[in-house]
Amino acid sequence: MVKLRIGYPEDPDYGERLAEFEARIARGEKIEPGDWMPAEYRRQLIRMISQHAHSEWVGMLPEGAWIPRAPSLRRKLILLAKVQDEAGHGQYLYHAAETLGITREEMVAALLSGKAKYSNIFNYPTLTWADVGIIGWLVDGMAIKNQTMLAQCSYGPYSRAMVRICAEETFHHKQGKEAVLLYAKGSRKQRQMVQDALNRWWWPTLMMAGPHDTDSPHTPLLLRWGIKTKTNDQVRQEFLNEHVPELLEAGLRIPDPHLRYDEKTGNWIHGPIPWDEFWKVINGEGPMNRQRLLARRRAHEEGRWVREALEAYAQRQLAQAAD
Amino acid sequence: MLDPYLKEALVARLTAWADDEVVLAQRLSEWVGHAPILEEDIAIANLAQDELGHAKVWLELRQELDGSDPDHLVFFRDPLEYQNAVLVELPKGDWAFTMVRQYLFDAYENLWLKEAAQSAYPPLAEAAGRILKEEKFHLRHSSLWLERLGQGTEESHRRAQEALDTLFPYVRQLFQLLPTDEALVEAGILPDLRALEAPYLEEVEARLERVGLRPPQGGYVPKSRQEHTEYLWSLLAEMQSVARWDPEAKAW
Repeated sequence: MVKLRIGYPEDPDYGERLAEFEARIARGEKIEPGDWMPAEYRRQLIRMISQHAHSEWVGMLPEGAWIPRAPSLRRKLILLAKVQDEAGHGQYLYHAAETLGITREEMVAALLSGKAKYSNIFNYPTLTWADVGIIGWLVDGMAIKNQTMLAQCSYGPYSRAMVRICAEETFHHKQGKEAVLLYAKGSRKQRQMVQDALNRWWWPTLMMAGPHDTDSPHTPLLLRWGIKTKTNDQVRQEFLNEHVPELLEAGLRIPDPHLRYDEKTGNWIHGPIPWDEFWKVINGEGPMNRQRLLARRRAHEEGRWVREALEAYAQRQLAQAAD
Repeated sequence: MLDPYLKEALVARLTAWADDEVVLAQRLSEWVGHAPILEEDIAIANLAQDELGHAKVWLELRQELDGSDPDHLVFFRDPLEYQNAVLVELPKGDWAFTMVRQYLFDAYENLWLKEAAQSAYPPLAEAAGRILKEEKFHLRHSSLWLERLGQGTEESHRRAQEALDTLFPYVRQLFQLLPTDEALVEAGILPDLRALEAPYLEEVEARLERVGLRPPQGGYVPKSRQEHTEYLWSLLAEMQSVARWDPEAKAW
């Protein structure tokens, strides 16, 4: 496809255009697909939206594995609907990214080659049924905090996608919480299972919000252009303040010996986050990185003949219509 | 009110339908996250939800009759107690196998549900009418796939034909009566499935022919819903594994 060669600092009108663009953002206007935008704004959005789409698509795997094992008709229906929503979000986000001049095929190729990133959280395995509840409540809880922030994003298509996606995520969050609360008050094995799931998912969930602001070089620019409207640490803090009291209330133990409530600020303060692990996992050394990528590649390879048949059939229909 | 014999017969029939739906939904759900295109991940998750929803409808009708618990029936019955047809328990195979099976099953459901919507037992008539609305969409989806596969590439045609060769004989099992069905047919509660086989074959064979696929002759037809393949045990073992894992759990 034709790559857009506009919006670069060396363009003669860049300074003037940039000032106009930044003034629009300051006025709270949305930037739409055909509008002028700095090439770097476009690049950052493509990176973020495609990563987000990949996260939905890869994120179907750890939860999807438990659809066949869901322990009641109701839980099975809920989980099927949830994973279906994730596919829908992926599809919606790929379309949003396409408005910036990249194709889904290019994005998928980047994912399958291992070049593109997706949310680190999906590089952890789902070991028991309770993981599904914890993911719904905590992982989706963190995702909602991030996505509510992104619903204010200056780029129109991304912002609108987030509004819609948040509405559905809110259901997942409620359903996850309901399951965790039930198991936390359930049989001995159910209580053990849900505590174990919390132990394993707690730190990876906190890391989902991204590195501390001091270690996040993109943040100032993303904030200036209204791509993000809150920093990583702000999003993480919102998550903690909502979820810590509810988890404690449920009788669960949070695996952070340093966790404390700060009377002055009204914030829950977490202990040191294991960032070494975060960087290892993000660079491909997590427990499930290879498995996730292999699953996506396998589905892609095994589906190749199907996509070819679709294409051949469509061509035939076109030829017949032209006759 | 149904007399006790009819009630028992209807319980058996509802269970057979529910078992078909549960087992098929299980096979469909194995695709979620692994479909050839993202749009079909969405579609197949939807199909699985619908089929499972239908199972729930049949089991709730049964519950009204005998007070049984739908979850208990699904998650705590052993493989030999399952009454599903063999067609739906065969492993999911490739996309052609899954879509050809879906087409064959959807065409059958559309046919008998239309008849069942006239049942003399009002709750059944009402449920069948409701389910039929969803099944029409299923049939449209699977018919389109049948056409795309039959008329796509040489490979898609070969795979669809192979799937059909395996699946087609099992379709005949769907039109067999349970030992107690006769009484339900006489009472106007159940459509006579045997009478639906000929119109089914006529409709399906015509469509297969249109898309360039050839229904095979002969093949093994299971003689009753007691018959299964060795695939059912592991399907149910996985499906029931969490529910049966903790005997002390009171709710999931």
